[in-house]
Amino acid sequence: MECCSCNPFSARRHLLLTESKSSKLPHSRRRFQGSQRASKVVAYYGLKTPPYKLDALEPYMSRRTLEMHWGEHHRGYVEGLNKHLEKSDVLYGYTMDELVKATYNNGNPLPEFNNVAQVWNHDFFWESMQPGGGDMPELGVLKQIEKDFGSFTNFREKFIEAALTLFGSGWIWLVLKREERRLEVIKTSNAINPLVWDDIPIVSLDMWEHAYYLDYKNDKAKYVNVFMNHLVSWNVAMSRMARAEAFVNLGEPNIPVA
Amino acid sequence: MALRSLITTRTLTRGAKSVGFGLRGLQTFTLPDLEYDYGALEPAISGEIMQLHHQKHHQTYITNYNKALEQLDQAITKGDASTTVKLQGAIKFNGGGHVNHSIFWKNLTPANEGGGDPPHGSLGWAIDTHFGSFEALIQKMNAEGAAVQGSGWVWLGLEKEFKKLVVETTANQDPLVTKGASLVPLLGIDVWEHAYYLQYKNVRPDYLKNIWKVVNWKYAGEVYAKECP
Repeated sequence: MECCSCNPFSARRHLLLTESKSSKLPHSRRRFQGSQRASKVVAYYGLKTPPYKLDALEPYMSRRTLEMHWGEHHRGYVEGLNKHLEKSDVLYGYTMDELVKATYNNGNPLPEFNNVAQVWNHDFFWESMQPGGGDMPELGVLKQIEKDFGSFTNFREKFIEAALTLFGSGWIWLVLKREERRLEVIKTSNAINPLVWDDIPIVSLDMWEHAYYLDYKNDKAKYVNVFMNHLVSWNVAMSRMARAEAFVNLGEPNIPVA
Repeated sequence: MALRSLITTRTLTRGAKSVGFGLRGLQTFTLPDLEYDYGALEPAISGEIMQLHHQKHHQTYITNYNKALEQLDQAITKGDASTTVKLQGAIKFNGGGHVNHSIFWKNLTPANEGGGDPPHGSLGWAIDTHFGSFEALIQKMNAEGAAVQGSGWVWLGLEKEFKKLVVETTANQDPLVTKGASLVPLLGIDVWEHAYYLQYKNVRPDYLKNIWKVVNWKYAGEVYAKECP
């Protein structure tokens, strides 16, 4: 790994070595090129704050949980990721989504994957909830759920069952499968998320014990039901579905007859 | 407080055998007692954690294991191969949970009953031989335990065939044998978050540092001596 140096010759060497590294990776763009200034390029991620105050999800998810889960766990993953990035610039130039896929390395995850994926997963999870959430989706999302699950009740049952039968740590997702062009409920272990299979997640639920232990101890069923009834943000689901439909053709549009 | 927990442990079904018998002779399992009170491992592990861990988590594994065994029994009797295979995941997870936790309770003992006292005899000598020193073993197990991603266990095991001591980790509730058919668990440390979260929050390394104060090396030594007379 090249370090910052004032020697113009070593800056050039840095450039050459960078280019030979980039030839190994198909995605490398936006490389540090051209400038002969001896400056060090580093990529750092910041901890994204949830779109609500830490006590906004009370009494369903306590402020204490948010402070621990976001402030310690999520922050820890971000710092771990930055430490990895400090050591190697091979992973520079990616967006978060691309980084997840790149570090997953087609099923043989690189050591950075755990931190990258967990940062992404938690960003997604905070945004999957809102104060005053729960209830039912409307319009397009509801229609698609009814199409793919039969009814919202059936979807809800499937989601809860998946959460309660997951072995160990992991996540539950409502995901839009790209190939099959339908919504499904899937479980993933540890840090894995649907991006690695090129699918589009709509909402997620963290089933790692740290997500619910302070509030619900071992009562997983209560936690999952509370999430469905009071926390899940169908508003966010709708905007994610709208975006997903730009990539997945879910059927003929209703063209009004003039 | 001690009196209350004393009553709690005594009202649980006592017995050396933690098994029951179903209708068709299918052996089911019951929650084994602890040899000590829930609060006896403080301050290393809080009484609240011990009670939840034993009465809720371990009990749930046993309940679900029994359920899976019944379903398996039916599937085998009916000759339903696909159900038989489908149930293997639940058996490994819940059965593993029961096996692992049963060992775990025996791996712990209050500090005033020998908890934390380093191993003597053949196990102590074997540890020095294989790891250099007792402290080196502790360091290795702490490092590997902290590095487990998600849920799992860190083990000190005996490789029966070559009489070698090893440190291994397993994911979720996989028993040690899943890492090697001739591995015998001597000491297992639960690094699932439920084992420490209420007390240590996300600082797993602190939990690992402190649990050594209540580790029952006498039991580990007995298991070792039985395999390596």
